[in-house]
Amino acid sequence: MTPVPLPERPDLYFIVAALLLVIGIFGLLRRRTLIGMLISGELIFSAASLNLMTFNYFKAPDPTVGQIFVLFIMGLAAAEIAIALSIIIAVYRNYRSVKTKELSELSG
Amino acid sequence: MSTFPASQMIVGGVFLMCAATTVAGALLAALTARIIRSVCGLAISCIGLAGLYYFLHSPFLALMEILIYVGAVCVTIIFAVMLAEPDEPVRDDKLGSTLLWGSFAFVVCAAVFWGLWQLGTHQDWTVPVARVSDGSIQAIGKSLLTTYSLAFELISLALLVAIIGALALARTGRDKV
Repeated sequence: MTPVPLPERPDLYFIVAALLLVIGIFGLLRRRTLIGMLISGELIFSAASLNLMTFNYFKAPDPTVGQIFVLFIMGLAAAEIAIALSIIIAVYRNYRSVKTKELSELSG
Repeated sequence: MSTFPASQMIVGGVFLMCAATTVAGALLAALTARIIRSVCGLAISCIGLAGLYYFLHSPFLALMEILIYVGAVCVTIIFAVMLAEPDEPVRDDKLGSTLLWGSFAFVVCAAVFWGLWQLGTHQDWTVPVARVSDGSIQAIGKSLLTTYSLAFELISLALLVAIIGALALARTGRDKV
């Protein structure tokens, strides 16, 4: 029996997706500026997309569904980035800072 | 199937390179202190991810990943980096609490990764008996214009609202500065 070639093994894709998710969560917890947290959130989006694509290729009866879903994820992520960055710019204009520790007006 | 046995090894090597690029870019994005390097890490990670999409037999999504993430998202973030000053502040906490919370975050992430690792390697997912379509670009186009046409139009509406919202949000407070 010949070994399965590396690109045809779903567990490798799962491990890469899990690493992306974990690095994204770690960055989200560690970063202390709004833009850094936004970048970590994008890594989590990428992890979800890679997971969906893996299931789409290896396990789904209709391989177009996952691709279309990931396409929609990309569109929504682009919209989210545009809104979040304009909010960050507005916050910077008002507070002169995007550090999460200084944006604490509502914490009493 | 292959008459040239080394081609299998070359393909495996390229695959491993794509996976390593993805993970290394993500590590760069999450761990560097300068935020501009973090954006570069995100771009590198997205290029590696596009390679993985290519190995998953969807070159259209690989192209879209580079076009949208590297071409649009990273450039937009760089604009925001230039308009604000988002570098990581110098740590002013006590060293003990920093180490405590850092190790807490690390333990949480390691636990999540271990669980997903077990799930990904030991679970027997059911494999479909037959494929309905081949997942080509033609099939994607047909599905987008028939089954998913409503969702497609809603996405375009969401993007329009996002553009207008971004303009309105960034416009206010401009004359105060």
